Amino acid sequence: MQWETVIGLEIHTQLATKSKIFSGAPTAYGAEPNTQACAVDLGLPGVLPVLNKEVVRMAAKFGLAIGARVAPISIFARKNYFYPDLPKGYQISQYELPIVETGKLEIELEDGTTKIIGVTRAHLEEDAGKSLHEDFHGMTGIDLNRAGTPLLEIVSEPDMRSAKEAVAYMKKMHSLVTYLGISDGNMQEGSFRCDANVSVRPVGQAEFGTRTELKNINSFRFVEKAINFEVERQIDVLEGGGKITQETRLYDADKDETRSMRSKEEAMDYRYFPDPDLLPVEVSENLLNEVKASLPELPDAKRNRFVEEYKLSREDANQLTADRETADYFETTAKACADAKLAANWVNVSLAGALNKEGKDISESPVSADMLAGMLKRITDNTISGKIAKEVFEAMWNGEGDADAIIDKKGLKQITDTGAIEAVLDEIIAANPAQVEQLKGGKDKLMGFFVGQVMKQTGGKANPGQVNQLLKKKLGL
Amino acid sequence: MSLDNTEVKRIAHLARLAIDEEDIPNYAHNLTNILDMVEQMGTVNTDNVTPMAHPLDTLQRLRDDEPSESNKRDHFQKISPAVENGLFLVPKVIE
Amino acid sequence: MHHKTIAELSKGLQAKEFSSEELTQAYLARIKQLDPQLNSYITVVEEQALAQAREADALIASGKAVPMTGIPLAQKDIFCTNGVRTSCGSKMLDNFIAPYDATVIERFNQAGSVMLGKTNMDEFAMGSSNETSFYGPVKNPWDTKTVPGGSSGGSAACVAGRLAAGATGTDTGGSIRQPAALCGITGIKPTYGRVSRYGMIAFASSLDQAGTMTQTAEDSAMMLNVMAGFDERDSTCLDMAVPDYTVNLNDDIKGLKIGLPKEYFAEGLDAEVSKTVEAAIEEYKKLGAEVVDISLPNSSLSVPAYYVVAPAECSSNLSRFDGVRFGYRCEDPQDLEDLYKRSRGEGFGSEVKRRIMVGTYALSAGYYDAYYLKAQKIRRLISDDFKQAFEKVDVIMAPTTPTVAFNIGEKVDDPITMYLSDINTIAVNLAGLPGMSVPAGFSQNLPVGLQIIGNYFEESRLLNVAHKYQQVTDWHNKMPESFK
Repeated sequence: MQWETVIGLEIHTQLATKSKIFSGAPTAYGAEPNTQACAVDLGLPGVLPVLNKEVVRMAAKFGLAIGARVAPISIFARKNYFYPDLPKGYQISQYELPIVETGKLEIELEDGTTKIIGVTRAHLEEDAGKSLHEDFHGMTGIDLNRAGTPLLEIVSEPDMRSAKEAVAYMKKMHSLVTYLGISDGNMQEGSFRCDANVSVRPVGQAEFGTRTELKNINSFRFVEKAINFEVERQIDVLEGGGKITQETRLYDADKDETRSMRSKEEAMDYRYFPDPDLLPVEVSENLLNEVKASLPELPDAKRNRFVEEYKLSREDANQLTADRETADYFETTAKACADAKLAANWVNVSLAGALNKEGKDISESPVSADMLAGMLKRITDNTISGKIAKEVFEAMWNGEGDADAIIDKKGLKQITDTGAIEAVLDEIIAANPAQVEQLKGGKDKLMGFFVGQVMKQTGGKANPGQVNQLLKKKLGL
Repeated sequence: MSLDNTEVKRIAHLARLAIDEEDIPNYAHNLTNILDMVEQMGTVNTDNVTPMAHPLDTLQRLRDDEPSESNKRDHFQKISPAVENGLFLVPKVIE
Repeated sequence: MHHKTIAELSKGLQAKEFSSEELTQAYLARIKQLDPQLNSYITVVEEQALAQAREADALIASGKAVPMTGIPLAQKDIFCTNGVRTSCGSKMLDNFIAPYDATVIERFNQAGSVMLGKTNMDEFAMGSSNETSFYGPVKNPWDTKTVPGGSSGGSAACVAGRLAAGATGTDTGGSIRQPAALCGITGIKPTYGRVSRYGMIAFASSLDQAGTMTQTAEDSAMMLNVMAGFDERDSTCLDMAVPDYTVNLNDDIKGLKIGLPKEYFAEGLDAEVSKTVEAAIEEYKKLGAEVVDISLPNSSLSVPAYYVVAPAECSSNLSRFDGVRFGYRCEDPQDLEDLYKRSRGEGFGSEVKRRIMVGTYALSAGYYDAYYLKAQKIRRLISDDFKQAFEKVDVIMAPTTPTVAFNIGEKVDDPITMYLSDINTIAVNLAGLPGMSVPAGFSQNLPVGLQIIGNYFEESRLLNVAHKYQQVTDWHNKMPESFK
């Protein structure tokens, strides 16, 4: 039987506010346990929540960016359940009236085709704390620093049909929230994580199969692997005559498998009701206009502009606009060196490769956009060859200074003195009479041999074009 | 609405309340009476009535995004039943 | 000195007829001597009180005092008090030394008032007789066989027994007005949103409101001047100007339109209580008020709606008491579920558990619409009844309670009968209106309270209406024999 996969994602993205959603505690990551959990975050008796203004603005910004309806009035509700990292015994979330409804996001697949994924809703809620399972005499330790960090939960329609589409959606959403500046998108720190609802059905069947929910997937790679594993598992179960149980499953990256979360298996009855400590939240027309005016250029628009303005290929432009920092880096470089294609190539290949190798973010690159542009200028003005440029780039990466200083110090400047090149050429011609005869006889491929020899002898500093010309002149070709 | 012992146990579990087995019939009896009393609400038609979640007919006030709370961990944990290395301890959580 | 009202004590302190330290000592001595009969205090903070009194004296000496400076007060044990046990009447919080001050406490501290101690109350404010307290029942000083009412029973009894110059209370369904009535004192529950709820341990967040329990309306005005006003830590506390509640106390009430809702004078009302309240209304007529018969047709549904809304909210509000970060934790928990279930099962008393279960049930899947949503709709109807009434009248008057104080133990085994003792006070909370109870006489030698209900944010008018009555009557000055 042919099976079709159906996937919907729930992405939890932490909003990059300075203070928590309902308290004045700071949100910085990595503090000592419970040092950023104030009375409100601890759920002490008598404390009350007050909503952070920035959180509302960020949600509105997101809503506008995905062409959604930003609700003029939304309501906070309590989701009741007991868990040690949930101090109040309920999570303040939005249920019946979320702040963002019905938007969409366009994704692009590897083959260049595009697809629209519906976004059902996005709602605001508070994050929970963390349970630390290292052994404390057989006990679990609870750190509530993260409790109360603002989250935007973005719920997609079940519009994705493969793990690859899910990854493309997640990446696109990641790019969007970081562009908007509403999240740092740091997946290692849990700022951007997702749950995936996965089901399969026979091709052609209208109704969805029973779905399982894969919890807390925090990397693009894992989302693909987890879904693929789960799809295989479901198909195996169904083809073996079994039934899928609707349940929550945890992806174990070490074993590359999903397993049922027994602790969450009992039917959850969250007893949602409007939080009586909070009043209806208004997003006024004024606020909406203000937010609209502050929207940055979004990834799709930027990509289209790059193609148009810099004459880049769509593929190059896509890569450059995947995150805002790379796009900014590219634009700074392109403008400073006045050769956009060259800049795109260097950012996408050499820089991306170097960053990748060292696991660095572009913001941590030892070679700044201005430094790169300075080097590219030396390529365009023929001071150095592309080959030498690689050496210069490496030196810049290692902190040896800017391009000009390195070229100077290492004597990497191209030899443009005709006499010097001719002298080298003469030597080579004299040493290779047979090749000279063949070349003269019409074996053009041997041009490369001679140019190569010159480059070798000059340590790459000769200009290959110039060598070519001189050679032709000397041999009368 | 009459609540039986099983239902009482289900609710007590949902609310994480240990109830002695011998007290369950008494709870069932009282809860049934309370729900019966509450069901007088059914005597009035409320089809076109807007629910009133709150006595205040006003909107949520918003706070500026400024951290205002300093670290008071030691002060807060003085009253905690079990703490180690700044963490609250609970029996092992199994996932 | 204990005969004096807050207003009189304030004048005495300013005139340096006596010091706050002397005054505080006098109250502490009375508490030591008399409170064993009442059990109105859970915690008395003698040293702290005396230290505060000395600070108050210094403030008075330096001319920086405000009217409430140096006045010894009792605080309901529902308000968090930094460094002082805040039990909420529960075993769950028997070991809870609050790590911060409630806004109300902070404001009394800023005013230089003295806190004598924390008063007894029904557990988590759930009760109408003070019998659900972990610390034992409070006795009514008018007859120690009877209840003082609840949940602010300790506050009511200690003010009636003159073991504090005034006290705070909280009112979710009548918890200030009902005990004020049963103990023969004056109490006001302000409009929802008038006083900050920050640091006041929540029972039902959309109903809870803090208020005052005093001998006179003037005293309540003085206390409310300190308590009322905007607090940025409470989203439901309104940012609007607070009048000086003492300014309009003596305004003429000629032409005041008093609405008498027929539903509050119906079946179930004790005949003598009815007569007493009618007599009080006659006094108002003498003062020039007009009486208008009105109807609040959905009144009978207030108790049913309340017993959905309040338990639903409490079931969620009390989830934080889980034995993890503060409060009672069971011995030797076997696993996480055992920790939760036994800590909560052992830490909460049976009435609290009952209400948590009712609320859990009302919110659970499949029942939400029939219970919670229905109750919210009824709540709207009840609120609309008042809205219409206040188009015709300035205040509404009714008996605060259908009967005088009942005997300890009389209703404790029958929740429904107990719940119905709040039948006249609950609707006001559902609507969020301000309400008062004023001593209006006696029946069977026990106090009777007159309830005065006002429109939103009309506390000034309520206090004025009550004060004018107290200028021509002396019920508020009566004291129980053994506490004179």
